[in-house]
Order: sequence, then C-alpha cells, then structure tokens
Amino acid sequence: MNQLLGFIKKEFTHIFRDTRTMVILFGIPIIQLMLFGYVITTEIKDARIAILDHSNDNVTREIKNKILSSGYFLLEANLLQENEIDPIFKKGDVKQVIVFERNFAQRLEREGKANIQVIADASDPNTAQMLYNYTNGIVQDYTKKKYAGFTIPVQIKSEVRMLYNENMVGAFMFVPGTMALILMLISAMMTSITIAREKEMGTMEILLVSPLKAPHIILGKVAPYLLLSVIDAFVVVFLGNVVFGVPIRGSLFVLAFLVILYISMALSLGILISTVANSQQVAMFISGFALMLPTILLSGFIYPIENMPYALQILSNFMPPRWFIDALKQVMLKGNGLEYIWPNILILSAMTIFFLALSVKKFKLRLE
Amino acid sequence: MIRIGNLEKSYGEQKALKGITLDVENGEIFGLIGPDGAGKTTLMRILVTLLLPDKGFATINGLDVVADFRKIRTMVGYMPGRFSLYQDLTVAENLQFFATVFGGTVEANYHLIKDIYGQIEPFRNRLAGKLSGGMKQKLALSCSLIHAPKVLILDEPTTGVDAVSRKEFWEMLNNLRHKGITILVSTPYMDEANLCDRVALLQNGSILSIDTPAKINASFKRKMLGVKVVNTSQRYGCVNLLKEMKGVDSVFSFGDVIHVTFHHADIDEIIVREYLFGKGQQDVLVEEISAGIEDVFMELMQKN
Amino acid sequence: MDRINPERTPIIKVENLVKKFGSFVADDNLTFNVYPGEIFGFLGANGAGKTTAIRMICGLLEPTSGRLEVAGYDGYHEREKIKRNIGYMSQKFSLYEDLTIYENIRLFAGIYGISRKVRLEKTDEMLKKLQLEESRNKLVGGLPLGWKQKLAFSLAIFHHPKVVFLDEPSGGVDPLTRRTFWDLINEAAHQGITIFVTTHYMDEAEYCDRVAIMSEGKIVALDTPAALKAKYQADSMDGVFLKIARNKE
Repeated sequence: MNQLLGFIKKEFTHIFRDTRTMVILFGIPIIQLMLFGYVITTEIKDARIAILDHSNDNVTREIKNKILSSGYFLLEANLLQENEIDPIFKKGDVKQVIVFERNFAQRLEREGKANIQVIADASDPNTAQMLYNYTNGIVQDYTKKKYAGFTIPVQIKSEVRMLYNENMVGAFMFVPGTMALILMLISAMMTSITIAREKEMGTMEILLVSPLKAPHIILGKVAPYLLLSVIDAFVVVFLGNVVFGVPIRGSLFVLAFLVILYISMALSLGILISTVANSQQVAMFISGFALMLPTILLSGFIYPIENMPYALQILSNFMPPRWFIDALKQVMLKGNGLEYIWPNILILSAMTIFFLALSVKKFKLRLE
Repeated sequence: MIRIGNLEKSYGEQKALKGITLDVENGEIFGLIGPDGAGKTTLMRILVTLLLPDKGFATINGLDVVADFRKIRTMVGYMPGRFSLYQDLTVAENLQFFATVFGGTVEANYHLIKDIYGQIEPFRNRLAGKLSGGMKQKLALSCSLIHAPKVLILDEPTTGVDAVSRKEFWEMLNNLRHKGITILVSTPYMDEANLCDRVALLQNGSILSIDTPAKINASFKRKMLGVKVVNTSQRYGCVNLLKEMKGVDSVFSFGDVIHVTFHHADIDEIIVREYLFGKGQQDVLVEEISAGIEDVFMELMQKN
Repeated sequence: MDRINPERTPIIKVENLVKKFGSFVADDNLTFNVYPGEIFGFLGANGAGKTTAIRMICGLLEPTSGRLEVAGYDGYHEREKIKRNIGYMSQKFSLYEDLTIYENIRLFAGIYGISRKVRLEKTDEMLKKLQLEESRNKLVGGLPLGWKQKLAFSLAIFHHPKVVFLDEPSGGVDPLTRRTFWDLINEAAHQGITIFVTTHYMDEAEYCDRVAIMSEGKIVALDTPAALKAKYQADSMDGVFLKIARNKE
C-alpha cells in the first residue's frame, strides 16, 4: 500500500512540475470548450429565405412574423406563384422557401391540421437541415402556445425533431461532445504518454526490476489522472452551464457516475496504448490517430450517426464516446436517469473491463 | 552468489550471447569487460530478470532468474547503462521514491549509503536533471542501494564520466564490497579491469577469458617491447616504420608507448633500437614491458 | 618533419568565446588556437561544455560573445561557409542505417557538391582502403560498429575539409578497432587535415598533438600531453586529470 501511495505521490509531482502537462490538463479543456462553443457553433443567423403564402390569412401572417422575428431568417422576397421558386433558388441567395397552403387558417380550424411546405437548398445539406429544423421549431412553438387550451388536437403538419433543443443551440450539442473529447485526450493520451516516458527515459527498467507489480504501476499511473480528469469534467460541465446555459436536468450523482465510468474506460485505453508504444511520440501518435479522430468523427459528436453510411454506423457502435455522448445528452438535456441509460452504462462497463483486462495481460514485466 | 551456465540469447537473427558460463563468488567485484555489442548489457538484463534467456540457466543466491524472478527483484540492486532516475524529481525525492517502491524507508538503510549519499546531500533539493555527471552517478548508486541488496549489478556506470568521478566511483565500490555486497560491473574501459577481483573478457557474445586481472595479464606469454618516441610528432612515422620491420607481429599505440610483438623470440630491444636508428629515429626508448589486459584482449580477439 | 608549425595562421581562432543559455554559462571565456594539420584533443567530462563549444566552432550555434574564426571565416556571419569547409562525425549519428554504403557516399558527396567523376574515383579508392569493396551495396545498418565508425570517418573527410570534428568517435568500440581507427585519423592528419577530437579514453589523449581540458565551461589546461605530464608530475594523462581536479578543490 505504501508502495502504491509513494508511486502516486511521485506521479503528482511529475504532473505539477511540468508546465506543459498542466496546460494540457487545465488550459486545453477550457480553450476547446470555448472554441467549440463559440467558433464552430452550428447556429445560423440571418439566413435569407423567401415565402410563398397562398393563403395570406391572420394565422399565416402570425407565423410569418414569428419566423422573421426569430433572428435566424431574413426575408428576401415574397413570392406570388409556384414557378417563382425555382429561379429564386438558382440566383443562390435564398436558402429556403416556405410555402403556406391555400386556406391555411380555415383548414386548421375545420380539420385541425394544415400544411406548410419547406423547400430548402440542399446543396449545403447541413445548413438546409438546420434551417428546416429552425422553421419547424418555430411553427411548433406557435401552435403549442396558441392552441394550448384546446381539447381537440390542432396540428400544423411538420415533424419535430429537436424536441429538447427547440432552437438547436449549438453549445447544447457540443458540450457533451467536447467533454467526450477532452476526457479522452487527457485520460488516454496523458496516461499512455506518461508510461511511454518512463520507457523512454529508462526509468521503467528500474521500476520493472523493483518488487512493484503490474497493477501497482498501472494504478499508480492512473489514479492521478482519474482525479484530474474528474476535476476537468466538472469544469466543463460548470462552464457549459454558466457560459452556454447548457442545462443539467438529470441527477448529479448519475452524471458523476457516468463521467467516472467513461474516464476509467479512457484510462484503460491509455494503458493499453502504452503497452505497445515505446516512446512518447508513438504514444501520442496512436492516441491522436486511433482515439481522437474516431471520437470526433464517428461518435455522433459532429456528424449525426443516422446520416452515416451503414458500414460506419456499425463501426460507430464500437466507439466508446458514442455511448458516452448519448448517455450524457440524456442525463444533461433530458434529465433521464439510470433507468434509461443503463444500456450505455453496461456497454461502457464492458468496454472498460475488456481494455483493462487486455492491458494488464499485455503489460510486460520484462523488457521484451 | 551468481551462477550462469551456458546462457544463450538471440534477438531475431542476431546472437547476443553464445553460451556464457561463469560464476561470481560471494563478496567479490566481478568485471564484465568488453566493447559495445559484446553482450554485457544483455547478460545483465537477464540476471536482473528483465530478459528471458533462450537457453541455459542463471541463478542468484540459488534463485532462478526465470522462475523466482519476484524474489530476485527484491534482493538485487540494478543501475542501468543510462542515467535512469527521474530528472524532474529532486535528489531527496528520487531516493525517497525508490525506498518506498522497495517497501522500505531511507532511514532503515541509510548506513549503507551514508558515505555516498553524504556527498550529494547538500544538494538534496536540486532536481536530479540538474546534477553533474559524477553527482548523478552517486545518486543512482544510492538509489540502487537503498533496499540493501545482496547483489549489485551495474551496467557501464563509468561511461561518459570524468576521470576523477570514475576513480571515486571505484573507491565506493570497493567500500561496498567490504560491507559484503557482491558486485557485478561492466565497463568498456580495459584499464578498469585491474580494479576488479576477477573479470570476464567478452567479445561478440562469447567469453574470451575469465580470471583475476593478474593472471590474465600473465597469460600473455610472448615477449613485448615498449617503444617510447620522445618527439611525439614523430610517433606516427615510427609506428609505420615498426609495422614494416621484419619479424614484427603487431604494433599498437598505447598512449605514449608503442607496444610491439614479434614472430621470433630472439628480436630484442637492441635490434629494434638499431632498426629505428637506421631509419632516422634517434630519439627512442625501447624496453621490454609486461602486457596489460588490453594486450591480452586484442590477442584473444585476433585468435578467435 | 614537424607537421605543425605554430608560426602559421591558425585554422581555428577562438578568443574570449562565451556561450550563454539564459543565465546558464555553458562556455566561459574560451581562448585557444588550432593550427593546420594538428590533432587537437578536447577533453572533459560530460556537461563540461565541450559539445556547446564544438557546435559553435562548427557553425551550428551562434556565440554569445567573443571572437571565433574557422578556416578564415567568421563564426557569427559566415557560419554557412564554415560548414562547407569542415567535416563532422559523432558517435551518435553519422550515417543513414537504411541506406547502402554506396548510397551514403553518394548522399554525402552530393551534399558537399562533389562532381560525379571525382566521386566515383574517390569511392573506389576509399572502399578499397577500408576493404569494403564487396559490401558496397549492403545496408549500413548491418555493418559491425567498428566498420560503421571507419566508414563514417572516411565520409567526414570525403570532401577533404580543412578541419574535421570528431565527437567521441571511438566510444564503446573494441581496442583493436579503436587503434585501426586512430591509424585513419593519423593518416588524415598527415594529409593536412586538421583533427579536432573529443574522447573519454585517456590513452587517446596521448595521440593528440595538443590537448585542452575543459571543466565547468572553462579551459583549465592546454598544452602538449608531454608538457602537461611534466607540469603536473604525472606519468599518464589520467594522472594529469586527477591532479587538475584536485588543484581545483
């Protein structure tokens, strides 16, 4: 036990004495969060649209007002006929055309539903999708508020996708993703590098020759980073909440449990990497390439999994961050508890145990 | 204390050890002497349980280096070839760390390292990376001693260290031997062989010879002359002249003396002096000398 | 037949040379001359400041202050010219292990702008001397250490530089190879190439015409081995070293 404590103490000394490590540990998470939150935000402002209102009644006028006052859209033109739609897209400025059907208010009142057609310029599919979602959100919001007291359901036909993020605020999507990325970076990369450094400096030779056992060395390496990663996770959650208003609707306890589980998984991965990497550079390369890219690309962090080719969708199932991000969103944004996220927990636990077992098995007690 | 029998080890195609057999007695300083690539490091790594041998056996204090590797790790002190301490920890922190890793305390075995550590203790709060070569070496030795090992295995501890620190280091080893610690040390410096109780000369994974330095020196049976050229700028010319001389076997420079051996035992210093004189080298001293480890090493190398 | 003539212009002129890294003084006020054709030994423990000094003299590092002239070129403004006129070999890196012997030769010849004709001629001559003709298309990585060192040295003087810098060239090789290596060095010196060499082997210090001993960034002794031995009343350079260290304390 004393051996382990001595080891952990040494590890902390390394960390606190190395400014670079400290910057990576505490500077990068904040910078990354701000970057993703502000710069690479998916929010769109002042997109030019055109409206073709066949009905022009008080309901459509109200909806139009809502849409145009949302801040997302700028009215480029009011169209009068269907055949004007094509030319206006071809001109290129207009990203979306909203078409209200004839007798809109009338149908809504009589049949309880009316149709809005949204035509988008899909040459930029992401923007198109987003604008469509914005529009839906606004229309939905309008119906909800206006007909709140009605017993007969009133529906303006449109599919609501972003139920819990009506306005698709960018940060809401990015905070969980950034957290997955940062924790992966710190936990996996830093542990693999610190073990590789001992090999590079030759100190591993001495550690191996000492009576320390593999679990001692592994635990001693992992413990400080577990603690620091947890601190980092809370910094991210806190900043996300304060700066970007990302809610924490679920229980803090469940959140903490989820985060610690994910960190443990990342740490195990880091140790696994270090068993094959003999230098800091190789460790950095493997963790950068094998972990960062999948975390960014295949986890649903930036690109929705549903939009991926089938093969990549299958592949994404093997990416731990996918399950973490999904669970994190459920807990933070929906307020779901363990009864909803247990499959994710189960999968992450299985992955952790798998990586840990593999790395303890692969950890060499000799030089070969 | 250490028994090694027919030990073999290969890295892929390359044979690092080709059947090494040697015993190290309790309480002696045993030197592994040989150039890079002779197999010194491989042999030591097998002994400290870092590598597995392909064939043969090795035991320390009766414990097998493969089967009983855990027990061996508690009783062996090891200093690898490179400076292998934490450069970002202080002198005191390094020592403290290695003491705890071995499950002990600095105080418990302080008497063992007092003479060595005492010299660097004034710098106890300095980072190990900022120490001079000699001080690093003392710290590394202290760290490898802090768990009171029975056997000390030192891989080229004096390489790249200045002459003074080297001398001090051998004095420290001598003191440790008196405390009953068995020491296996490797070095590429042939002159350090004389500071060991016994040595093994290693070349290309094989042992050329094992014995006390005196006996190894005595194993050189042929006559050898030492030629000293007073005007040093003419030494190179003199070497070339000697190489051309009839009946000469080998000509090697050893510092300021040229060692010459012959095919015929009847060539003596007078003949050599006259030969050189005749070639215009008047200012030379020629006398019969006894061979050193390096002469023996080169002779054995050429034989193999 | 003295090779070295102190009357001649020095090939390396160092005067009050200082190199600082931040507040750390790596080289403190070095002053010495090296003459053409001389074998100049540069001794001292690791960390004494040898490497920094060599890097400045080779034009790799700009001095902090002091005068430096190598082969007639200024150590501040003409570092590129200095590099063209010197050869360099260190124990750690000299050859590309994944290229063949011939490819290494072609590369080095190319770097120093040696014409194809001269290269082909010199290559044959050199390989013959080293007895490596058979192995010209073998990878350097597979050669024994001793051969690599000889080859590296031959390449360092392939373009017939005015000075060649050897940084611990014989570290860790067997005693036989070490001596054949010094034969090569002597031969080069007799061809007029100035040799600037660092070593940890004290017997090798004896092979130098003059040696400078460095300690803690300063030159603490500089003379011929014989004169140093006489001055410190020692019978070997090892003894000189020990006496100097004692005097310091």
